[in-house]
Amino acid sequence: MPVPKMSNLRNSIDRPLLFAGLFIIAILVVGTVYTLIFEGNAALLSPTYLILQLKVASFLGIVAAGMMIVVLLGHIDLSVPWTMTASAMLAAAVGGPFAIPIGLGVGLAIGLFNGIGVAYLRVPSMIFTLGVNVMLRGFMVMLTGGFSPSSVPTDAMLWLAKGEIIGIPNPVIVWALISLAVAFMLRRMPLGRYIYAIGNREAAVYLSGVNTRLVVVASFALCSTLAAFAGILLAGYSSKAFQAMGDPYLLPSIAAVVIGGTNILGGAGRYAGTVVGTILIVLLQSVLSVMQMPEAGRQIIYGVVIVIMLLAYGRGQRLRV
Amino acid sequence: MSNFRLWISHNTGALIAVVLFLVLYIFYSSLHPRGFTTDLLVQNSNEALALIFVSIAQTLVVILGGIDLSVGSLMTLVNAVASEVVIGTGPEIVLGIVICLAIGLAGGLMNGVIIVYGRLQPIVVTLATGAIFTGLALLVRPTPGGEVDGDLSWVATNALSELPATYGWWDSDPGWFNLVSGIPMPIVILLLVILLVWIPYRNSELGRGGYAIGSNEAAAYMSGVRINRSKLAAYTLSGMFAGLAGLYFAIQTGSGNADPIQAGTYTLNSIAAVVIGGTSLFGGSGGAIGTIFGVMVLRSITFCFRVVDTDSAVGFLANPLLQPMFEGLILVIAVTLGAARAFSVKNRLNMFR
Repeated sequence: MPVPKMSNLRNSIDRPLLFAGLFIIAILVVGTVYTLIFEGNAALLSPTYLILQLKVASFLGIVAAGMMIVVLLGHIDLSVPWTMTASAMLAAAVGGPFAIPIGLGVGLAIGLFNGIGVAYLRVPSMIFTLGVNVMLRGFMVMLTGGFSPSSVPTDAMLWLAKGEIIGIPNPVIVWALISLAVAFMLRRMPLGRYIYAIGNREAAVYLSGVNTRLVVVASFALCSTLAAFAGILLAGYSSKAFQAMGDPYLLPSIAAVVIGGTNILGGAGRYAGTVVGTILIVLLQSVLSVMQMPEAGRQIIYGVVIVIMLLAYGRGQRLRV
Repeated sequence: MSNFRLWISHNTGALIAVVLFLVLYIFYSSLHPRGFTTDLLVQNSNEALALIFVSIAQTLVVILGGIDLSVGSLMTLVNAVASEVVIGTGPEIVLGIVICLAIGLAGGLMNGVIIVYGRLQPIVVTLATGAIFTGLALLVRPTPGGEVDGDLSWVATNALSELPATYGWWDSDPGWFNLVSGIPMPIVILLLVILLVWIPYRNSELGRGGYAIGSNEAAAYMSGVRINRSKLAAYTLSGMFAGLAGLYFAIQTGSGNADPIQAGTYTLNSIAAVVIGGTSLFGGSGGAIGTIFGVMVLRSITFCFRVVDTDSAVGFLANPLLQPMFEGLILVIAVTLGAARAFSVKNRLNMFR
């Protein structure tokens, strides 16, 4: 029967993936036309440029992977910027072989704190993580105000962020491994299925005998640990851990998740979408700066693109009773 | 339950904020070296008014059960515009103010139209429109600067007595005026806005519709509430309040600054103030009056840090390196107490929402 086949085909193509993929191609085409006209080359299509973009995207991608986990729950983590900063700064301050474990530990601790506030105290995640972000900022001011600890990343951090294996930058490899792990967790592990289920209706999951609070805590811990890892990588990439280094990552990470088709209210979304959303945002920012668009124009286009992508496939149901 | 007890139970959050504010402010002004004076009140109310307007803008949207991450950016945009247009002759200044408020209204309407007719979630829409407003603000004012009419700045940031003294609209001598001449102008502006905008809105069909939508949108729809109209009105009015904040901020600082970080700070503080002021983030309750006290609690905490004696037992609070940490800690504690459902829900199943 041809009819079910057609509908199967239609269902198998994920609209967010399709739209975001087409948009990425559109960005590359527009950028290439620009460079062909004004610079006489197609620099945007060179492997060097594309691999560099993937490398830049890997930091955002890792943050977005963690953000997606909590967004799937129907929560949000606004403490990501200073989780990144605090982890990176503390890792650099400790130095030595324990730098990276310490940084990740800091992220884990922040995540557990967030998770306990959201899952056990039942504070709305938006407001709790917001407060934690402010608190972390104050904490770092306190720690680094009187004296200046080392902000130089260790050799291991530098290698992770700047090294490469057979021509592929290490951050891209790290991002790929994390992506595989997160995708596997969301698809195949009970934890992943609980996360989707809680995003749909937590009360039902609770009544099915799942310890939903533990799932929420674990998700926030994962999110913060991933953010901490991104912060450590970023410190290695920029050869310095500095105040507010995570601030430019909050809104793009949320944007990457929702552009990738994840429902901001939780319960639905594919991990592949988040990867494509990340690449879209990084590429858009990069091509706009290649075109020498001033910051003002970049912000406006960035906002308009998010709205258009959402209007294309993120619309809710009409209220009918 | 009697009406009074019902009223108390409906406004517990706001009443706690009022008490908290009074305690903090009395503590602050008694420790202040010059004590409680008109000058102190003028200075403090100046520091609070812009955040109050932004937070009222946030409140209007939170009542619907939404959230607006663009209020700070819209305020910044209007702030940038105001530093260009609120100057010149009298009519020019009035026109400039009208332009500023119109931009605020338009920004809010844009949010509303995208959210209502696009059927999108407010959090992501305002995330995106926030970027657009920031971009526009940077277009208008790439570098900090600009100028706002000096007389207007002076009058709007001082006691009421400066109004007749500067513009000579009436003789400032007669007895009746002495009673009110010490009231800071920001408080007068706030009272006027509350009386002329918030209270009429709150009691209108549109405003009540907003509360109904926040309580239960499907039930509101079935009861004949005009959902789209109420939502559009709330977002548009919210934009106007963000505009008022930007306008006052320009008048207060005498300049404009398209600073995205400052925009973010205002947005985040507005959410905190809304929660401390007793408005539920789930919508359907609370209001602007509670939010005003929420802002004043937030601001009083900052004020208190300024006057702590460095030699006393709590002298470490005065350490400027520790202040951001304690402000954050207090913010977390305040919002946790204000918003934690674990303490208020009896049936565990009701916690999942």
